Amino acid sequence: MIQALTFYVFAFFTVVSGALVISARNPVHSVLFLILAFFSSAGLFVLMGAEFLAMILVVVYVGAVAVLFLFVVMMLDINFVELRQGFLQYLPAGVMIGLVLLVELVVIVAGHAMAPEAGTTVAQPIPPVDEISNTQALGELFYTHYIYLFQAAGLILLVAMIGAIVLTHRKRDGVRKQRISDQINRRAEDSVEVVKVETGKGI
Amino acid sequence: MDQLLAEYLPILIFIGIAVAIPVFAIGASYIIVPQHPDVAKTSQYECGFEPFGDARRKFDVRFYLVAILFIIFDLEVAFLFPWAVTLGKIGIFGFWSMVIFLGILTIGFIYEWRKGALEWE
Repeated sequence: MIQALTFYVFAFFTVVSGALVISARNPVHSVLFLILAFFSSAGLFVLMGAEFLAMILVVVYVGAVAVLFLFVVMMLDINFVELRQGFLQYLPAGVMIGLVLLVELVVIVAGHAMAPEAGTTVAQPIPPVDEISNTQALGELFYTHYIYLFQAAGLILLVAMIGAIVLTHRKRDGVRKQRISDQINRRAEDSVEVVKVETGKGI
Repeated sequence: MDQLLAEYLPILIFIGIAVAIPVFAIGASYIIVPQHPDVAKTSQYECGFEPFGDARRKFDVRFYLVAILFIIFDLEVAFLFPWAVTLGKIGIFGFWSMVIFLGILTIGFIYEWRKGALEWE
């Protein structure tokens, strides 16, 4: 009962906030609705038993990707009112892409419905949640069975890191940085002079 | 499955409370308080002076660099969790698989450190 109710609440919020992402006037609001959509999808993942995915969705997408989106939205100097005027013009292309995605989803889901035994004949069947936790099931496969994909993921992250630095990092002139080695190498003899002052006299 | 979901029940209750309190607080103040807005009441007062311009200004691109470096290491940590849970089962091969992965990212880490991307100036 609670499970079904929770599912409908989360599904409702996912769909509504997904629609608001594309229809909100203010792009910052769009990003905030996107966060709500991520969050409710995480709830749906938990209901499916995919704990690990749900937590990663919250940690990575809500915590990091959405913040990056906010930065990008705020960084771009675009007049969004002007941008919206071409909305109808691009609508056919957008609808086409949406339709292609929808067809792909239907093919996947309908494939499962037509051949329910497909889930058992795959190379690595999904173990039941009661026997083994989701995180464990992933970990047993990921680092050994799919090692090439795992290392490829590492290389992609490396490329992303270097790419971001190359694109955005530049030397700025006239910046006074803290040089710790200089501070440590400084000796008292170089900088402090002890003067004996005789009593009753100035320097 | 039911046992797993039962563990999440307290979180669900917390989400319910977290939604209910603001809805109650804002809704009640909206219903109970008499609303007679006029020009003087809705205008800015005290420190709320008229805004000089749009709040949406161009950001420095350096914020973006910090955010993207954060995401990358966030993902790295995300990969560590299942590895740590199953380390006993995946054996020495799984261990070195992760060490290579961490090594690749350490190359990037050294690069960004040497480049000074971690310093704010």
